[in-house]
Formats: sequence, C-alpha cells, structure tokens
Amino acid sequence: MSTDLKEALFAFTLRLGDTSLVLGHRLSEWCGHAPELEEDIALTNVALDLVGHARMLLTYAGELEGKGRDEDRLAYRRDVFDYRNHLLVEQPNRDFGHTIVRQFLHDAWAVELYGRLCASTDETLAGIAAKAVKEVRYHVRHSGDWLVRLGDGTEISHAKVADALGRLWPYTGEMFERDEAEQALVAAGILPDPAELKAAWTARVEAVLGEATLDRPADGWMQKGGRRGEHSEHLGYLLAEMQFLPRAYPDANW
Amino acid sequence: MYTQGLDAKTEQGAQPSPRLVTEDEARLQGRFQERVDAEEKIEPRDWMPEGYRRTLVRQISQHAHSEIVGMLPEGNWVTRAPTLRRKVALLAKVQDEGGHGLYLYSAAETLGVSRDELVGQLLAGKAKYSSIFNYPTPTWADIGAIGWLVDGAAIMNQVPLCRCSYGPYARAMVRICREESFHQRQGYELMLALAQGTPEQKRMAQDALNRWWWPSLMMFGPSDEQSAHSSQNMAWKIKRFSNDELRQRFVDATVPQAEFLGLTIPDPELRFNAGTGHYEFGAIDWTEFNEILKGNGPCNRERIEARRKAWDDGAWVREAAVAHAAKRQQCALKKAG
Repeated sequence: MSTDLKEALFAFTLRLGDTSLVLGHRLSEWCGHAPELEEDIALTNVALDLVGHARMLLTYAGELEGKGRDEDRLAYRRDVFDYRNHLLVEQPNRDFGHTIVRQFLHDAWAVELYGRLCASTDETLAGIAAKAVKEVRYHVRHSGDWLVRLGDGTEISHAKVADALGRLWPYTGEMFERDEAEQALVAAGILPDPAELKAAWTARVEAVLGEATLDRPADGWMQKGGRRGEHSEHLGYLLAEMQFLPRAYPDANW
Repeated sequence: MYTQGLDAKTEQGAQPSPRLVTEDEARLQGRFQERVDAEEKIEPRDWMPEGYRRTLVRQISQHAHSEIVGMLPEGNWVTRAPTLRRKVALLAKVQDEGGHGLYLYSAAETLGVSRDELVGQLLAGKAKYSSIFNYPTPTWADIGAIGWLVDGAAIMNQVPLCRCSYGPYARAMVRICREESFHQRQGYELMLALAQGTPEQKRMAQDALNRWWWPSLMMFGPSDEQSAHSSQNMAWKIKRFSNDELRQRFVDATVPQAEFLGLTIPDPELRFNAGTGHYEFGAIDWTEFNEILKGNGPCNRERIEARRKAWDDGAWVREAAVAHAAKRQQCALKKAG
C-alpha cells in the first residue's frame, strides 16, 4: 500500500474508531439509569459492542500510523482537536428519546457501512467489518424498533422523538462526507461509494420513520467539523471524564 | 451480589403464623418436608408451606434488588475506567448484574408476586437490599475491591444456594455463581495491577481494602446467636450453612489473597490459629451495620433516589411502549376480522 493510501486509511480508521468510542461512552452513561431493566441491559450491551469495535479500529489505526500508539494511547491521550468522531455521537443523551434517535441515525449508517466494508480490499478492515456487522444488525433493529414504539406510541412520546429528530438531523450530513484522501480509498476498493451508502441509509431511515409516523426533516444546513477535529463543547467534558485516570497518573499501568 | 440482613430479628414474614393446622395441612407439610429431606426440588406448582413461600419471596427479591442497586456503585466508574479493556470488562460485569436481577425477579414471580410489585416496594423504600451498596466508590480501586471482596463474599453465600430446595432459585443461582466467580477473579486481577503498580496505585488499593473489609464481613449477616430464622431455613434447605460458618470460610480464603497482594487487612486482632487451622478476627462493629440497615449509610438515599429517578424519567417510555403494543394488537385484530 502506498504511503498516501496508508495515511488516508489511518485517518478513516481513526474516524470510525473515535465515532464508535464516543457513542459507546454516551450509551454507557445510561448504565443503571434506563427506563426499564431490559433496556439497561440492552443499552449496556450496545455500548459494550461499540467500545469493542473502537478497540479493534484504534488498534488497527495505531498499526497503520506506525508510531507505536496502541488503543489506549489513542483513546486516552488525545485532546478534543485530535478526536475525529462525528458530531452526532458526541451530542448529549438528554432523554431516552434523544438517545434512541441519535442511535438509530447512527446504526442505520453503521449497518450499511460495515455491510459494504466486508468486501473491502483491505483485509484487516474487512475482518473488523465482518465481526461488527453481525452486532450492528441487532443495534439497528433495537433502535429502529424503539423509534417506531416512541413515534407511534403516545402524543408525548411522539412529540419528544419528533423534537429529537429535528435537533439531530443536521448532524447526519457529516456521515457521508469524503475528502480527497478518502476518494482515493474509494477508488482502491477499500471504502464503499459514499453516494450509494447515502442512498441505502436514506431508504432505511425513511422506512422506519414512516412506520414511526414521523416526518423526515428537510435536508437544510448540515453541521460539520467533527471529522476534522472541530467539535461541540460537549466533547471536552466527555474526554475529561473518560481520560481522568491516565491523565492524573501518567506513569501508571492499569 | 447478595443480601444480608435477611435474618435480622426485626424482619417479618418467615415465622409460621400461630394458628391451628388442619389434618390435611399437617399431612401436606409432612410430605413436603420428606421431599426436602430427600433433596428433591420443590417446583412452582407444588404445595409448599406459606412461610416457605414468604421466606423465598423475601430472599429472592432482596437478592434481585441488590443486583439492581449494585449496578450503581460500579456503574459510577464505567465512564472513567482507565483502559478500554477495563472499560469493556466493567460494562460486561454491570450488564451481568442486570441480568442476574432479571432472572431473580423471574424466579420470584414463580412464587406468585409480580416484578412491578417487587420493584414498587424497592422504590417505596420498603424492601431491603444488600447494605454493602450503600457505601460509595470514590476511587478506581473500589471497583477492584468490590469484585474481589464483595463478589468473593457473595460467592461464599451463593454457592450453597445452588442446592437450595426451591428449583427455580437453585437453577438461577447456578448461572449467577458461574458469572460471579469470573467477576471475583477480575476484581482480584485489577487489585493485583494496582498493588504491583506505582506507590500511588498501591495506596489506592490499600485504601479500598481498608474501607471494604469490614462491610464485606457484615455481608454474611448477624452472628449465629443473633440470627432469627436460621434453623427453620436450614430445615427447609434454603440455607445450608450458618452466617458465622460462611464468614469464617471467607476470612480463611481471603487473608492469604491479601498477603499475596502485599496489602494489610485492617484488623489488628487478625491472626492465624494453627490449632484450628482458621484465622481469628476482631469483633465486628454491628452498630454501623444496624445504622446502615436503618437508612443511615453514606449512600442509602442516593441509591434509592437514583432508582426512583430512572423509573420516573422512564415512565413516558414505558407508557409509549404499552400504547404502541395496543395499537399493533388492534391492527392485527382488524386484519383477522
């Protein structure tokens, strides 16, 4: 693999790894506080899967980079401007409705992405995707089913998820951005075509929104920047919490 | 996890009420006791004495509540676990506790109570749960100490429950014990990393041991002289060993583990008696234990508040799920009609 391609793949893997980690962190905040016991277990389980994906992806990113950074070095020793996750996943949980909408918009993307990455010409990435896709299929069923229940539940639940959908929709554009370096990865058959990915995501999202009796928000101005390290105010607090121990005791092994 | 305080004398419910027993009942009770004595399992549809049923409902539901409340002190560190491997292990552990709660509530339901009813008692502050979870987890080492000591004590208590005379409880305990012993090893391994780490990490580990040691010994419940229901529960084979026997077993198993870690157990009277082959330990401060049972522990209020908040905040979600299910059912009926 050429150096350029390797660098591009490092950047992509880091983005996907960070996105998984930050979303896993957000879900883990629910641990012990969900609306019912079954959901406590389910949300924790999805968090567990996502952190698992992050570990594989960050480990691979560290190998691609070749500077000796492992999963923990990458997760715990980078500041906000070096994080590359989507802005969507760093948005706070607010309530169960927001959490489910955020999760579904992400899961619908992840299931389409990993499904295609299984055929990536990069064997490691394809291997990670093959493992992840089995799990994200459950995730999208879980978040999609809940979105339908809440959208087509009571007036209150409908209003809450409609509000969340309007609020979070502007963060979905970022999932389909591809910079020049990533275009090269698409050309090399390492990454799927973003236009086709978007079409598949849209179809999936529209089907579930229809069943949930929710209107699809219009594609207006889209928030961007997470993939380049330009984040909301929320991420700093998340990292401060997550990174506290390795920062406070830099020489310690845990 | 496990509930202690089950045998405190203030407890209601286990003593058979003083009333006349009919001839039929006497015959049924005799037959019941024969089956228990023969180590047969009692199943949900079998006849059982009312006291047996009440004792089991109380014990199993307290155990379930303990699992659920126990998610809070450990969940407190999920977002701050210091490596991704530790984070995944802790998430999986807390998820296991939730799963234990779920199948323990199911086991309790086989005795004719509903989960909502039991959860309602917990939220109303009427039900007990293990008071060990009313202690806080201020440092990361507390996660190790809980795994090592609290789960360690739980295993001592729970392994005999795998042979409990009530089938659904015994079967739930088989799975729970398997997972708990994994948690215990994980906790010990976490403590080992700290004990072998920097001076600050070692200090953290010792501090956690200092705070968790005595509460862990209290998990076995009052001493045998103070324990109200032991003999009846033993006859029913709900309980197999006395509180003091189990506590001694725990001390004997744990002291060498602490020595291996290079940590000091906070008991100046602790010593090995070569004659008996057991460790002798200092007197337990039951005043603290009783105060925590009364609700005066450092976290009693916070734990119940957290459970109530989760329940109240989730009300609209549960209502939506019910409303949606009803709509679906109506649609299905219309189609069928």
